[in-house]
Amino acid sequence: MMESATASRGRVRSFADERQVGLLERTGFLRIDPWIAIAAIALVTTSAIVLVQATKGLPEAASNPYYYVIRQSIYGVIGVALMFALARFDYSRFRELRVGIYTAMLVTILLVLVVGSSALGATRSLELPFFNFQSSELGKVLLVVALAGFAMERVRRQPEWQRTARLLAIGIFPMILVLVQPDLGTSLVYGAVTLTVLFLSGTRWTHFVALGAIAVALVAFSFVLGPKLGVSVFEDYQADRFTAFLDPSGDPTGDSYQTNQSLIAIGSGGKTGLGGDATQARAGFLPEAHTDFIFAVTAERWGFVGAAFLLSLYALLIWRALRIATLSKNLYGSMIAGGIAVILLFQVFVNVGMNVGVMPVTGIPLPLMTYGGSSVLATFMAIGLLQSVYVQSQLASPSRVRTHAL
Amino acid sequence: MNAQFAVRVAVLSGIALVVFAVVFFRLWYLEVLSGDEYLAQSQSNQTREIPIQAQRGEILDANGRTLVGNRTALSLQVRPEQLPENIAARNEVLKNLADVVGMPYGKIKREIRQQSEILPANPVTLEADVNRDLIFYLQERKDMFPGITAGEVTVRKYPQGTLASHLFGYVREVTSEQLDEPQYEDLAPGDRIGADGLELQYDQVLRGRNGAVNVRVDALGDPRGRDLAEVKPKTGDNLVLSIDSKVQQAGEQALADGGLPGAFVAMDPSDGSIVAMGSGPNFDPSVFTPPVSSSQFDALNNDPAMPLFSRAIGGLYPTGSTFKPITATAALSEGVLGPDEIINDDGAFDLGDGNVLTNSDGQAYGAITVQQALRYSSNIFFYTVGARLETESNEGLQKWASDLGIGSATGVDLPGETQGLLPTPEWRNQLLKDELTDRPWSIGDNVNLAVGQGDLQTNPLQMAVAYSALANGGDIVRPHLASAATDPAGRTVEQFDPATRRSIDIPPEVRDVVLAGMHDAATAEGGTSVSLFGDFPVEVAGKTGTAQRPPNGLQSWYASMAPYPNPKLVVIATVENGGYGAESAAPIAKEIYEAYFKVSDKSSDDNAAVDATTEAAPGLAP
Repeated sequence: MMESATASRGRVRSFADERQVGLLERTGFLRIDPWIAIAAIALVTTSAIVLVQATKGLPEAASNPYYYVIRQSIYGVIGVALMFALARFDYSRFRELRVGIYTAMLVTILLVLVVGSSALGATRSLELPFFNFQSSELGKVLLVVALAGFAMERVRRQPEWQRTARLLAIGIFPMILVLVQPDLGTSLVYGAVTLTVLFLSGTRWTHFVALGAIAVALVAFSFVLGPKLGVSVFEDYQADRFTAFLDPSGDPTGDSYQTNQSLIAIGSGGKTGLGGDATQARAGFLPEAHTDFIFAVTAERWGFVGAAFLLSLYALLIWRALRIATLSKNLYGSMIAGGIAVILLFQVFVNVGMNVGVMPVTGIPLPLMTYGGSSVLATFMAIGLLQSVYVQSQLASPSRVRTHAL
Repeated sequence: MNAQFAVRVAVLSGIALVVFAVVFFRLWYLEVLSGDEYLAQSQSNQTREIPIQAQRGEILDANGRTLVGNRTALSLQVRPEQLPENIAARNEVLKNLADVVGMPYGKIKREIRQQSEILPANPVTLEADVNRDLIFYLQERKDMFPGITAGEVTVRKYPQGTLASHLFGYVREVTSEQLDEPQYEDLAPGDRIGADGLELQYDQVLRGRNGAVNVRVDALGDPRGRDLAEVKPKTGDNLVLSIDSKVQQAGEQALADGGLPGAFVAMDPSDGSIVAMGSGPNFDPSVFTPPVSSSQFDALNNDPAMPLFSRAIGGLYPTGSTFKPITATAALSEGVLGPDEIINDDGAFDLGDGNVLTNSDGQAYGAITVQQALRYSSNIFFYTVGARLETESNEGLQKWASDLGIGSATGVDLPGETQGLLPTPEWRNQLLKDELTDRPWSIGDNVNLAVGQGDLQTNPLQMAVAYSALANGGDIVRPHLASAATDPAGRTVEQFDPATRRSIDIPPEVRDVVLAGMHDAATAEGGTSVSLFGDFPVEVAGKTGTAQRPPNGLQSWYASMAPYPNPKLVVIATVENGGYGAESAAPIAKEIYEAYFKVSDKSSDDNAAVDATTEAAPGLAP
């Protein structure tokens, strides 16, 4: 399947101008997947534009209205550079470094717990000279790379369930570290990554059925049985937020205030948006307009058309990521690409779902849209990894070689 | 790549497809299908109607003197959104505030919660009228009290102090239940309404109309950008009363000098406009101006002398001999007594059941006409008349008393008047049937009623209406305090001139005899109040009354009109435990007449009590 797809691609390429190909090939430009790069750059550019409106009223924007825009643009430029750098790097090298990568991830996340700075009741970042480094964002990418590496290990005569349990343990440990920061949303991303790597590495279906049963039991205990027995798994506010989204108008000034204001913002955008008249964010009704609820700001400004376009960019990204998973020259690359596809999909769904009121309010960034250096850089690194997998698949492809020969 | 892997990527793709489908359709629903609804919500999110309180109209006396005015007070407010976000820090601020203000911490929390629910993003008013020093104290410590601010409110002031305190009632915030009532439908929570007295009766006149300014606000409720529209508030109209402060002052002073609870009414008999009406003891009406001190209020409310109670319209007393002119009118009009008919007062009246009634001091006035009987206040004469009215007419006494307004509400423009009780055979026999009494109506009841005793209960205002009818020849007026509503510029916008309730036919010769008897009582030798009004420059016609009101002491009454024979003013005064009518009630009436007719001579005051004993208190001998 992979071979045939690459082959057809190779034939199309063969019509390209030879001299130009040579130059771009050397710089690594042409071999990358252009659609992913375009989608990513379009998203971060949109983010910078939306942030002008979304950050009005924030203290930093008072003296300089472009404070957030400039910073997000800088993160974007650095991110694009990182993407190209990683695209030129052979991701397979990371497989050997899996223990080191895994350890580095754990150390940075633990450092946050020890010396991190607090915001809004949670300790999620390390204070660096230029920005607050949120190690759990980078950790998502590192986890995919490391866990896929561990998944490639095949120990002889190890029962299948032991392998599954080991990979699960490797994935769940950082997940718990993030959960206690507390950052429920990001820890769920870790869970999704772990399950995806397990899934793509060929873990038996029956194991997933068993995992599903355990998960249902855990959820039932956390929300229903636990509180009745007096054991609280979640903080009250977490449980309330989880249930408040089911009825946003129930308590419009309380737990569902954010969802309610977000729905008003999105809904008032209508088909084509309010443009400069959009006020929900500018007048401060929409909380966290530059981070968690930036989708709502976008939808208010550009309406259904704009929001749908934004979603299409994500769909493009995810489609290409899944496609790269199938193109990869090896299973390691497939797992990395699949894992990154799920990171993007999960974050988009949970964040946009929260904005449109079909998911509970959890602090999870919308990749490349949400303001923040850690998230933007980590996402561009993930996309760089995708490019690397893609580039390597091109180089390894026989048709590719043929193209060169021509 | 093997088939197994392809299936798994396909599963992931399927999940992605479903996820995007869900989000897309949800977005379609929100933006395309229900966009308009959310747009409306968004706009209401951003415009806030900030009400501008209309200033309440003033209450003025007949000469334009302000009785109830307004002043600006500072209110203590909390802006919840400016309080610290941290719960502990927030509670700390509120606790400190509670200590400084002297308000329970729990109450502050409750007010913030309740008011924020009703009017989100509006400041919460904790107290409506606080000391300026407190506000300065808090504002100097802004770091310690973030989010604590001051607002301005208009509250009532009473430049005349306690004067006419029973008439005004008070103003307070409309309750949430009242907001459902039609007369308050255009009000909003926090608006102020009249709650009693004239403030309640003429709330529509005084209230004015609140204005509003529509402003664009941000999420904190702070205005941003220009105002969208403004509706100017309309100041309430002023209420002009027929009360003359000087006369009112004279009456209250005289009542207070006596030191006993009582009441007085001075009324123009031609149209029922009340010139003075007071009740003692009185109170400072500003106790109802926020912040209402509960200790002050409780002290007033639990005072055994009941200072908050308006005896002029709410008191229930037997009238004693002030009822005799009514009895005389009934008897003469019914034809059971001739104007010149002589009845022999031999000092005793035999009820025929073994009970013998006397004049209170055992005196006998001999052969007298009705005019003389009124002058001397002969009980024996009126006992006889009462018995005749029982036997020779069809409840003639009840008919005439009732026609004159005794035992029914006067319809005065004040809430809280009592109806009183005019005893009739039907009433007593019904009581007997209900086993609330042990005997049927008897002639003794009518004999007692004839001298204003027995079960009769009325208030000074009812007596003023009855005496006004005698004074004006039969018009039953509707007493009223308000004469006009004027706008802030002083132009009259409405005249209050309530029509006479009804007219009864008092034969002129009957009225002449009754008024002559009362005139004699005040001015002729041997008259019951001649000691007070004998040399009075204005001709007074007045009847004293001394009612037995067990277990209380004697109820002193004076019911009168002047100048005789064409009265311009009817004055009724009564004093609880005041002894004889001429002893404590009549001097109050005299002060009122002096103020009204601008008589300055007060030399005859000293003799007031001396001759008062000539008044005959009715007594039921055992």
